[in-house]
Amino acid sequence: MSEENEFLLEVDNLHTSFFTDNGEVRAVNGISFKLTPGTTLGIVGESGSGKSVTAYSIMQILAETGRIVEGSVSYKGENITNWSERQLSDFRGSKVSIIFQDPMTSLNPVFTVGFQLEEAIRLHTGKNKMEAKARAIEMLTLVGVNEPESRIRQYPHELSGGMRQRVMIAMALCCEPDILIADEPTTALDVTIQAQILELMQDLQKKMGMAIIMVTHDLGVIASMCDEILVMYGGRICERGTADEIFYNPCHEYTKGLLRSIPKADNMNEKLMPIGGTPINLLNMPEGCAFCPRCENAMKICLTQQPDEYWVSDDHLASCWLNIKDAVIAQEGAGA
Amino acid sequence: MSEEKYLLEVEHLKQYFPVSQGFKKIPLKAVDDVSFAIRPGETLGLVGESGCGKTTVGRTLLRLYQPTAGRIVFDGDVLFDSDKGIDVDMLPYRKKMQMVFQDPYSSLNPRMTVEDIIGEPLDVHKLYSTKQERRDKILELMELVGLNAEHAMRYAHEFSGGQRQRIGIARALAVNPKFIVCDEPVSALDVSIQAQVVNMFEELQEKLGVAYLFIAHDLLVVHHISDRIAVMYLGHLMEIADADDLNDNPLHPYTLSLLSAVPIPDPKTARLSKRIILEGDVPSPLKMPTGCPFRTRCNYATDKCAEKMPELSDRGNGHYVACWNR
Amino acid sequence: MEAQNNEVLKRRQLLSSQIDLSKFNKDIFEKATDDEKRQQDVMGESTTFFKDGMRRLRKNPLAMGSIVVLVLILLTIIIAPMFCPYSYSQITNVGGRRDKSAANLGPMEYSQLETQYMEETGEKLFPHLLGTDSLGRDYFIRVIYGTRVSLSVGVVAAVMVLIIGLLYGSIAGYFGGTVDLIMMRIVDIIYSLPDMLIIILLSVVLNETLTPLLAGTALAKLGTNMISMFIVFALLYWVGMARLIRGQILTIKNNEYVLAARAIGTKDGRILRKHILPNCLSVIIITTALQVPSAIFTESYLSFLGLGVSAPLTSLGSLANDARGAMQSYPHRLVVPAIIICLIVLALNLLGDGLRDAFDSKLK
Repeated sequence: MSEENEFLLEVDNLHTSFFTDNGEVRAVNGISFKLTPGTTLGIVGESGSGKSVTAYSIMQILAETGRIVEGSVSYKGENITNWSERQLSDFRGSKVSIIFQDPMTSLNPVFTVGFQLEEAIRLHTGKNKMEAKARAIEMLTLVGVNEPESRIRQYPHELSGGMRQRVMIAMALCCEPDILIADEPTTALDVTIQAQILELMQDLQKKMGMAIIMVTHDLGVIASMCDEILVMYGGRICERGTADEIFYNPCHEYTKGLLRSIPKADNMNEKLMPIGGTPINLLNMPEGCAFCPRCENAMKICLTQQPDEYWVSDDHLASCWLNIKDAVIAQEGAGA
Repeated sequence: MSEEKYLLEVEHLKQYFPVSQGFKKIPLKAVDDVSFAIRPGETLGLVGESGCGKTTVGRTLLRLYQPTAGRIVFDGDVLFDSDKGIDVDMLPYRKKMQMVFQDPYSSLNPRMTVEDIIGEPLDVHKLYSTKQERRDKILELMELVGLNAEHAMRYAHEFSGGQRQRIGIARALAVNPKFIVCDEPVSALDVSIQAQVVNMFEELQEKLGVAYLFIAHDLLVVHHISDRIAVMYLGHLMEIADADDLNDNPLHPYTLSLLSAVPIPDPKTARLSKRIILEGDVPSPLKMPTGCPFRTRCNYATDKCAEKMPELSDRGNGHYVACWNR
Repeated sequence: MEAQNNEVLKRRQLLSSQIDLSKFNKDIFEKATDDEKRQQDVMGESTTFFKDGMRRLRKNPLAMGSIVVLVLILLTIIIAPMFCPYSYSQITNVGGRRDKSAANLGPMEYSQLETQYMEETGEKLFPHLLGTDSLGRDYFIRVIYGTRVSLSVGVVAAVMVLIIGLLYGSIAGYFGGTVDLIMMRIVDIIYSLPDMLIIILLSVVLNETLTPLLAGTALAKLGTNMISMFIVFALLYWVGMARLIRGQILTIKNNEYVLAARAIGTKDGRILRKHILPNCLSVIIITTALQVPSAIFTESYLSFLGLGVSAPLTSLGSLANDARGAMQSYPHRLVVPAIIICLIVLALNLLGDGLRDAFDSKLK
């Protein structure tokens, strides 16, 4: 608890905006969280919730129109938001790595897999060609690619989707980073391949001890992979806490609705209970809680004011006015 | 199959696409000898991994592709029979069989208003006599799928994914069909919106009595919406059974691993459950293994599997499985 | 350290001690009505594709500047001949007499005869804004007519290319298969022909056959060179357009909305008209806009080589060609048409780029 760098990564009040022709799009709107070494943090939310932008903000690989407007990202206590491009390029890859949804577009089609792996290794470690090649083969073996000696001579298009994602993971982990950010790593893959990749990631985490930030919309993936979960909506965090707390004791109306709306073993023969309304328009954000236009129990205050975050239990933070309302009523009841 | 009255019967359907490799043309067997039947008002779920031919089945049924061989019977009429050389004009049947597409972005013409998109089937089949009647019908359809009538003059690109999918469904319903092929209609939608659309499919079925072929890769959604489920692998039908039966008592090794690979949205169950991880990748449909296509990844595979593809065999309660060993 | 300990303490506490609950009035916890919620969730202003594109185009200063330049040029070539009393083909007349002394005047100069005339009558003659050429013709009006010819050549050629390319490309693209294969091989053959050689050959051949045919018609004025140039455009330059439209149609054809239309039972003609062509309209407009400057360029180039319009009609290219001989003594005669060609071509290219950015972001 009292150690210098208890947390690998601290994100504090992060705001990221994109400046488009149609105005400022506030993709991330004041989020804060901390990442403990060796754990898996899940960021879950629907499209436009800002979950990917959060990941890109940490890596500082935002598109040209986007930038961090406010807040800070600290790696081992150092604020990296004001680092130079040179410092950052050393940081990316060797300290924090990212894998993307589509492994086809993140590998360069004109170079062999081996060349791309070796280049990544040599860039960050200063190993010579032979050593890099050996390391590449070692990494491919580690991620479960069969016949790595012949695979390194193949081009990305000769590999299947699952294989490509394995190569991407090998590339991301070749410099043994402390943090692996996985942006929807299995969304483009089939269920059986998804299971392979998730298993592989858990395996590698045990072996290499890196922390994983898992960005996804799939509650199933989150449930089976993550220790801690952030639920995001409209660029803000609805609630965060351990996986059990979020799944069994959801405190925000959005999380509750989300959990009600997915088909599960126990509701197969009942109607699903969807969240009504349409997803948020980021160009036209509500003043108050981002979720209030779709919230069944929205109150007058939800329309105008964003609630502060508060602890609901030892390891569970939420920000929903309904809990505050309950507390106010309880207090009055006790007072009277 | 039994004497029961079916809305749609498919027998030994084959759909090969010629693929050029150099100067040679070899057939890509997207669908190979698939047979199933759908009762009126029923939902048959069709699951499988990408490239297994499930989308092709749906499109071939609607004759968007010319089938290579087989027999399709709809509502008592033979639409296609390669043995007898029957191949009817589909135009009248397009009023009875419709389709909802996967991608709500590319399935709506960006240069058309909602009114024109939903009105197109009415125009094509001349289902109205006056302009007012056309408009009334369109507004009625929009209300049916939960769209605001004020939005009739807007363009499709102004709507969110879920609303676009509703527009697509309204277009399919415009001709009042008896059967709709739903090709991954919820895969592109957000979780919270998925449930809205799934519910709407169920409500529409109760109201209108349409039958669905519900194609998807998300087993939980398919299980929720379907009465029966068919599992496909590399162009072949592996197992077909009652939805709950298939879920509780899967027989085919592929179904088994498919079900266990689904990530369960419940941390405690997820921690306890043991996944059956399949080794390796799906073989290329151009280099199909001999015999049963699944044998390269199957734990139960024997020599017999390499020789011949097993036929679907009845295991009671309408549970059919194509496997030598289970 | 202290902050962290505080945080740990805070976790264990009730909500009431984390947030000051007394500041909340109970009224604010009333349920919000559906109307209130809906106000938070408004759909944006409805825009059509065209409106949206125009809005983006208006924000592009280069494209807007180009439009201003083009409009100015157009207005000048339409209005100027109305009040300029000189003719592009006639030697300057003063008081009904041919003015032989008016050759090779500098800008704004008057010839001896003209100065004399003005002194005699007190009448003010229209100045030679750009002087006169070696035959004594007013150079300003010749530039105006040259611009007219060049621009119309550009537009006519672009329209011809558009019509042929559109028809050919959409047939090849939509029907695909063998039809496409054969049609595209023809395109490949045409692509391989050297266009300059063909223009030169055609103008020689057509010169003999066309001259008697055209005699007396309006086309005779343009001259056989011009006609053969149009024929060459019609024969050769549509291939680029046809390829482009075919490619567009091939991609659009694979969209699910085309499949949806087929599932509905829509006929081929209606699919092409309602679903495919409207979606490649932006590409068609943009490519046509970019075709105009390229045709103007080719025309100027050919005229410069002496294969352009026949005298006395002129174009910007042939004006530049004529001025070549006296380049050192009268540089403005070369510079002015050259600058106008540059202005037109640059403006049209920038406008085409602007249109592309505004209407088709995929093409960037």
